[in-house]
Amino acid sequence: MKRYALNLHPNTFVRYQNRNLFSLYQWSTLKCLLNIVCDNTGLTPIHIRGQKQDMATTIEVKRKNGAIEAALANDASGRPRIEKRGRPFDDFMRYLLLACGTISVLTTLGIVWVLGSEALAFFTSVNDQGNVFSTVLGNLGNFLTGTQWQPGAGLFGIWPLLEATLMTSFMAMLVAVPLGLGAAVYLSEYASQRTRSTLKPVLEVLAGIPTVVYGYFAITFMTPLLQGVFGRDTVQFYNTASAGLVMGIMILPTIASMSEDALTAVPRALREASYGLGATKFETISKVVIPAGLSGILAAAIVGISRAVGETMIVALAAGAGPRFSFPPDFFVAAETMTGHIARISGGDLSYGSIDYQSLFAIGLALFIFTLLLNMLSRYVTNRFREAYQ
Amino acid sequence: MTSMTLGSGATAIDLKHVKVFYSDKLAVDDVSIPIYKNKITAFIGPSGCGKSTVLRAINRMNDLIPGARVEGEINYHGKNLYGKEVDPVEVRRRIGMVFQKPNPFPKSIYDNVAYGPRLLGVTDKRTLDEIVERSIKGSFLWDEVKGDLKKSGLALSGGQQQRLCIARTIAIEPDVILMDEPCSALDPIATQAIEELMKELVKSYTIVIVTHNMQQAQRVSDFTAFYSIRKAEETGGQERRWGVLGEFAPTEQLFSNPKSEETERYIRGEFG
Ligand SMILES: Nc1ncnc2c1ncn2[C@@H]1O[C@H](COP(=O)(O)OP(=O)(O)OP(=O)(O)O)[C@@H](O)[C@H]1O
Ligand SMILES: [Mg+2]
Repeated sequence: MKRYALNLHPNTFVRYQNRNLFSLYQWSTLKCLLNIVCDNTGLTPIHIRGQKQDMATTIEVKRKNGAIEAALANDASGRPRIEKRGRPFDDFMRYLLLACGTISVLTTLGIVWVLGSEALAFFTSVNDQGNVFSTVLGNLGNFLTGTQWQPGAGLFGIWPLLEATLMTSFMAMLVAVPLGLGAAVYLSEYASQRTRSTLKPVLEVLAGIPTVVYGYFAITFMTPLLQGVFGRDTVQFYNTASAGLVMGIMILPTIASMSEDALTAVPRALREASYGLGATKFETISKVVIPAGLSGILAAAIVGISRAVGETMIVALAAGAGPRFSFPPDFFVAAETMTGHIARISGGDLSYGSIDYQSLFAIGLALFIFTLLLNMLSRYVTNRFREAYQ
Repeated sequence: MTSMTLGSGATAIDLKHVKVFYSDKLAVDDVSIPIYKNKITAFIGPSGCGKSTVLRAINRMNDLIPGARVEGEINYHGKNLYGKEVDPVEVRRRIGMVFQKPNPFPKSIYDNVAYGPRLLGVTDKRTLDEIVERSIKGSFLWDEVKGDLKKSGLALSGGQQQRLCIARTIAIEPDVILMDEPCSALDPIATQAIEELMKELVKSYTIVIVTHNMQQAQRVSDFTAFYSIRKAEETGGQERRWGVLGEFAPTEQLFSNPKSEETERYIRGEFG
């Protein structure tokens, strides 16, 4: 730190464009002047001391911090350097991230392309019997309306598989949505901070258990339980109820955890507003917190359905093998879901290009469109029903 | 107003030796003040001195904060609000609150105002319509929103939102309205609207308002409580701070003739 002594005569005037602006006699003027001087010289005034009477003043000034001065150096002509300059690292990162984005989009598109082209091959192929598959449209019609899936007989109706998927998913949601929402409300509204911080990680660990474990659990625990309750005559060993219930347990932590996030994100101010109007805890939760977090809860439910629809291992182990259409739906008999069927058939000896092989892609495409529709539905629903809280 | 002295008029609420703790940390020590009926009482004082804390103690809002504890008595119609038999939900139905930041529900204007009455079991559409209209008129918001009560409360401007929150509070006709810096997020025009509204409301309600604005306190309030901060060195070199009641007096008297130097320095803007 350097000290500069300033000796100024009281009658010095500051002149600007031939006009006397102010007399230095004023203390504040001196400070003001010093600020101007310092601004133009890059000095920082720290402290000004002295007596007002004689204007003999000691000023302590400090230079700008060296590192900052170097980083913000002026250009040759003394102006601040604010022109664009090359930033290779930023450019590199930009392209790297673009590449990441492109790869993920391209792989998705690639999968859709394979699915689509193989499925198209399936719908255009004329099968040996000739009578069933006459036109693409006819094939598509049979595929979408048929209630029998017997590749051997040339019958490719999606309904037996679709029905099993719908049944297991329905069962799963029946378990997971109410329990998950209940757990979420408990965690976010009732549990103490400590309970929450121990239970939340547990939930997240549960969500990470491999599904084959759940499948095993369905066969060794859920199925015997159902048989014990409803009787062995009604409940077959392989059945959609057992698979669906266990699937519900599987997605329960996901739904609970996501819904909990949605509820915790509801601002405290909204709760206080409700309590301030004399609402009870339950009124506050049901009339303010849940509606405000509804979009997140619905998103959780849709993620849950999507997982249920796509879940393979549990249904492959516990729901049964062999497509079966039942009307009205019977939850206690064996059936095969879309995913379960794909898993079983593609595990066997399947010749490339055969109609069986291609049929799997048709199922895959149907699954894809199904989940896509679910996603679109979730977007629509969340936009439609949300009470956005800014 | 100059003739008004402490002790005149009926009290709506009586605070007696109120202490508030957050997790065993003393936040406010020993506050004893009356809140007079149909008067506006202002709480002023430097940031962190516990104005909001005392205010929230009055309608048991602090119950919602884990670890918060109140000692002393807050008497309301002869009953201690912190008595064992008292239900905080019932307390809040009679002592309403308007918050610093406007916090309308993400619902329509109508549903915001009808929220409280519905909680109280009003279901009849005509009655609700009537309450909603009267409350919104009561908060001088009617002309701006009457065309579209279905619009979201969040689509209003900040000042309109705050008046909506006031409408929502007066819809359940509480005895007392607590306002925590209701104008701090508002521009001067909206502030003026709310101040005028308070002067209107005080004819039928008792109002307590926290404000950082000395002019506002002088403009609207009948009584002023000035809080200040006490500090003490703890073992280990840490500083402990808590709020205390500095002075309570009719507003005119407190501002024209403060008893303590601390009050005087604060209202002249020399600290805080
Ligand atoms: N939820 C809380 N948990 C713990 N301490 C709190 C809590 N709320 C407030 N406090 C503490 O209590 C003291 C008083 O806070 P309070 O909010 O009542 O002050 P205030 O006078 O309203 O200040 P401001 O004018 O800034 O709003 C502060 O020291 C604060 O840190
Ligand atoms: Mg406050």
